Amino acid sequence: MVAVESDIVRELMNMGIEREIAELIAEEFDVSELSAGRDELLAAGVEEYYVDDILKILGIEEEGEVKFSDIELKVNRSSLPEKLKDELKSKLRVVRRKLSREKLDSILDRVEREYENAKVEPREAVGIVAAQSIGEPGTQMTLRTFHYAGVGAIYITLGLPRIIEIVDARRKPSTPAMKVRLRGEYASDRHKAEMLAMEIEETHIRDIAKVESSTEDMCVCVYPNKRELLRRGIGEEQVIDKIKSMDMPVQESEDGKLKIYTRNNSYHELLRLEERVSNMLVRGIEGIRRAIVRKSPDGEYMLYTEGSALKKVSKIEGVDFSRTTTNNIAEIAEVLGIEAARNAIIDEMMNTLEEQGLDVDARHVTLIADAMTVDGEVKQIGRHGLAGEKASVLSRAAFEVTVDNLLEAAIHGEIDELKGVTENVIVGQPIRLGTGAVELVAKNYNHRELS
Amino acid sequence: MKKGKVSILEHELVPLHEVMTEREVEELLNKYKIKKEQLPKIKASDPVIKEIKAREGDVVRITRKSRTAGRFLAYRLVTK
Repeated sequence: MVAVESDIVRELMNMGIEREIAELIAEEFDVSELSAGRDELLAAGVEEYYVDDILKILGIEEEGEVKFSDIELKVNRSSLPEKLKDELKSKLRVVRRKLSREKLDSILDRVEREYENAKVEPREAVGIVAAQSIGEPGTQMTLRTFHYAGVGAIYITLGLPRIIEIVDARRKPSTPAMKVRLRGEYASDRHKAEMLAMEIEETHIRDIAKVESSTEDMCVCVYPNKRELLRRGIGEEQVIDKIKSMDMPVQESEDGKLKIYTRNNSYHELLRLEERVSNMLVRGIEGIRRAIVRKSPDGEYMLYTEGSALKKVSKIEGVDFSRTTTNNIAEIAEVLGIEAARNAIIDEMMNTLEEQGLDVDARHVTLIADAMTVDGEVKQIGRHGLAGEKASVLSRAAFEVTVDNLLEAAIHGEIDELKGVTENVIVGQPIRLGTGAVELVAKNYNHRELS
Repeated sequence: MKKGKVSILEHELVPLHEVMTEREVEELLNKYKIKKEQLPKIKASDPVIKEIKAREGDVVRITRKSRTAGRFLAYRLVTK
């Protein structure tokens, strides 16, 4: 290793070349020799678009050309968004040899100008545009669709009901589901993935045994189903341990039958005991009703679950938590925070719309997600959320429950500033949007100056 | 972070949150000509805020991935 990096190494690294390669180049091609050519550099593993710059540093400059570094530098300095910069750079690289510096500058100017023109004007009613842009395609959506979502036997609410669910910020979706990604061997070995699926799928006593209550000797009888136990890979002792952990008088008989006795001999207690025994969790995570192994589009095995428990699943070995998601947005907000919830709202809405074959611009959906999460918690759009928190009394009264809103406002002596759209429509004034947002003010002209 | 525990900061849905220095905050507020309270909020009880140990009154810079812009900076004020 070189203790002190030479100027060349530093300069190469500034260009984004990895230290190792930079050192290699500095070592191989001594500046004093000036013998390094294009082919040697390429052979040393340098990417093509750096070669010119390296030649320049080494003192072998090719004259009058636009360098890759020029493109990189100038585009990066522009005010364009990241994605546009990348696109522009890759396009410019292709035509680099035909460019002059002046041409490069004028292209950049033009792109920047076009970008500025494409931006939304100040005072444009973006919220209304977003509402209409989702509302119109919404009319083409199937009203009640329960779908298989590509996974056998797992129902997921899609279509309009799902959109409504998201926008209403329900605490629990009607069909909670998770996509659990796996790591390492679990992702490549189907058998291991299936073992994991069984491990998280909730298994109650009632799934693996027959539970009956007998009024004759006032006890609950549990008959474990051997075939079911074997299929799920659960040992009988596990069941026995579980039942014993209840701390009730238990009697085991030879054929595997278990008798659990009541304490007070009351009929009521017997029924409650039966209920409690059959609902006992032998294995799995509460709330995960099913887990199915499927191959993901990238070829890894993953689990689709019916029911959602993000936090608990994260603690299971073999689960790649960083890529595991749920369709329960409230749960995401709780476990991963408000920003993750914002992302989840966007993803869920876009996926639902796309699944229905509707092409809605992501910006509209993003605006909705932003509005729902500005306050740091997921808030619905509607009476109890966005629409209910509007500053204007008239606007709130026009939306829903008119009389209540007016009464409340009167009691508190609220003042309407008439700044929004609805209130100005009500009182018959021009709305303060677009061209209505600006006012002309006459300047006290000096007439001599004008002529 | 405890050993074996998975950090939520590594989750693909969680963007990078950074606490901003006072100078950065001032620059930001001057740039947009706004007051701190006009920024979007994030709760002090937010799991990410707890993880990065930000406090009430701090402003966090969030580097979001954007479908349209590639990368996008957003800011939130930590509130109760």
